[in-house]
Amino acid sequence: MGILEVKNVNKRFGGLQALKDVNLSIMENTVHAIIGPNGAGKSTLLNVLVGKLIPDTGSVSFQGKSVLGCKPYEINQMGISRVFQTPEIYGDLSVLENVLIPCFAHRDGAFRLHALETVEHETGMIEMAEKMLLDVNMQDKKDMHAASLSRGDKRRLEMAMCLVQEPKLLLLDEPTAGMARADTNNTIDLLKEIKAKRDITMAIIEHDMHVVFSLAERITVLAQGTPLVEDTPENIKGNPKVREAYLGTAEV
Amino acid sequence: MLGLNKRDTKFLIIVILLTLFTPFLMQPFSENSALAQFNGGYPDLMAKVAIFGIFAMGFNILFGLTGYLSFGHAAFLGVGSYAAVWMFKLLTLNVFPAIILAVILSAVFSLLIGYISLRRSGIYFSILTLAMAEMSYRLAYSVLTPLTNGETGLQVRPNDPRILDSATSANYPNLFGLELSSSYKWDVLNHVFTFNVGYYFCAVIAIIAFYISMRIFRSPFGLMLRAVKTNQQRMNYTGLNPRPYTLAAFVISGMYAGLAGGLLAAMDPLAGAERMQWTASGEVVIMTILGGAGTLLGPVLGAGSIKYLENIFSKINENVLHDWFSFLPTGLQDAVVWVLSRFTGEGWALTLGLLFMLVVTFLPGGLVEGGQRLVRLFRRRGKPDGGDDPQHHPDPAPHVAE
Repeated sequence: MGILEVKNVNKRFGGLQALKDVNLSIMENTVHAIIGPNGAGKSTLLNVLVGKLIPDTGSVSFQGKSVLGCKPYEINQMGISRVFQTPEIYGDLSVLENVLIPCFAHRDGAFRLHALETVEHETGMIEMAEKMLLDVNMQDKKDMHAASLSRGDKRRLEMAMCLVQEPKLLLLDEPTAGMARADTNNTIDLLKEIKAKRDITMAIIEHDMHVVFSLAERITVLAQGTPLVEDTPENIKGNPKVREAYLGTAEV
Repeated sequence: MLGLNKRDTKFLIIVILLTLFTPFLMQPFSENSALAQFNGGYPDLMAKVAIFGIFAMGFNILFGLTGYLSFGHAAFLGVGSYAAVWMFKLLTLNVFPAIILAVILSAVFSLLIGYISLRRSGIYFSILTLAMAEMSYRLAYSVLTPLTNGETGLQVRPNDPRILDSATSANYPNLFGLELSSSYKWDVLNHVFTFNVGYYFCAVIAIIAFYISMRIFRSPFGLMLRAVKTNQQRMNYTGLNPRPYTLAAFVISGMYAGLAGGLLAAMDPLAGAERMQWTASGEVVIMTILGGAGTLLGPVLGAGSIKYLENIFSKINENVLHDWFSFLPTGLQDAVVWVLSRFTGEGWALTLGLLFMLVVTFLPGGLVEGGQRLVRLFRRRGKPDGGDDPQHHPDPAPHVAE
């Protein structure tokens, strides 16, 4: 049993079968990459996992509990955090405040009316946030306006916001999309570092094969809404079916 | 002190002093001088500044922090007023029960309206609140006449039951016997300073309201409200449900509005439906933006300056203008007076519109931003080395204060 089990999931948008009989099992403490050409259904699958879309049929369970019909914040409270394609941060707030918010969410749950407490007095929370910023090498930027950070730093900040909640599963939606090679390598190093430091499962949806083969321990190839193969990176590299899905071939 | 850090404590003390010395501050000109008409230190106006300050402060908790622009807040003001007047009629002319009921009833009412309106955001939210407030206004104006006395407005009458008051007790809203309308006039150096019970009562409540809003701004709850404004998507994926946060902010700001409505009724014990009209809702939006939305002091400044200017400008009629421009030749004088009289007296709204446009265009942060710019200008003059070039520093996060 994996930490995340996807069974017979189908999703249709009008005439388009976006997901077809998807079965996927992500094992605990692995880095699992989901790759596939454009339109293969990667993003749809991710949106099903985080509760944004409800599949037509099938089941998705996390640690044995079904996540279908749960709101995104409920799924997050179960221990799934998500990193977006373009970093989603609180641009108007300071870097430290950005990390404090998930700290509070982790401690207090989805809603708490703590209107007469003071942020400054929450030393435990502030320490936790500062330690997290130290972990991603951003401690010197903690008072900066988050919107004025560089793209790479925004990505780091978003990771910090996800990790400070100690999620069991981290979903990454094309974490290096649109990045320069140097930034991509930095992100890979950051993810490797994160993985080395804690017990965490990661699911990466990615286009960039360089990223995939540097990080992934298991790879699932999606094509036309259905998983083609699931294997280790070494085996995927040599698999003719994968090449076919990506490049297309003449009729066999 | 009181759970605030040094900086905030200093800030609060300054606000308290300003409030307590308002009868002096708003009466700067001596009685005989030509500028006496610019004095604003009479109880009615000062109390209005405090009351609308509370109203705008509450509105700012919703609009300034979460960015949800409500166009229907006057409905809660009206509910507060009606509740207070009913309390005066049925129970006692003591203001405390009236104000407590005003706050509770407006909380219930805002919970209802907020629950429905907050299903949408942006312009749809604004329109929903506007529609709700217009509905409340129409209801108060006609359908609910037995409750609101329709277009005449609800008034306190001598034959009201007032079961807690004895036959000999006061006939005006009072504070355990001390009438709100009583005042002490201090005539000194050609100045008349008026110290009014009603004003000080409103001022003390305004200070408490300001302190609470300060605590909310500094609390984790306030942080979450600012998060709502910035990025709801991220909030959802951080395990937070934005809906109850916005609803709580809506209800809190509705309670502030109810409190303000109750105080309005306490100063002048009658409540009319026009208090709920959309123009009244628009006024609080203008006050908040003019002063500086999202800042602590801004809404109070906005409320103060609008109420003060309204009072001064409304008093300037054509006679006064003719008086001022009597040095001009007759034809020119008439022309100048004709133009200026469009902007004064009845035409005061025209001036307000111009002022609002100027502030929004040149000072998007409101009067508070103007003040901050002045302070920075003076600081830079004090340090001529120019080492404070903003270009050489990354953007610091804006501090929600001042």
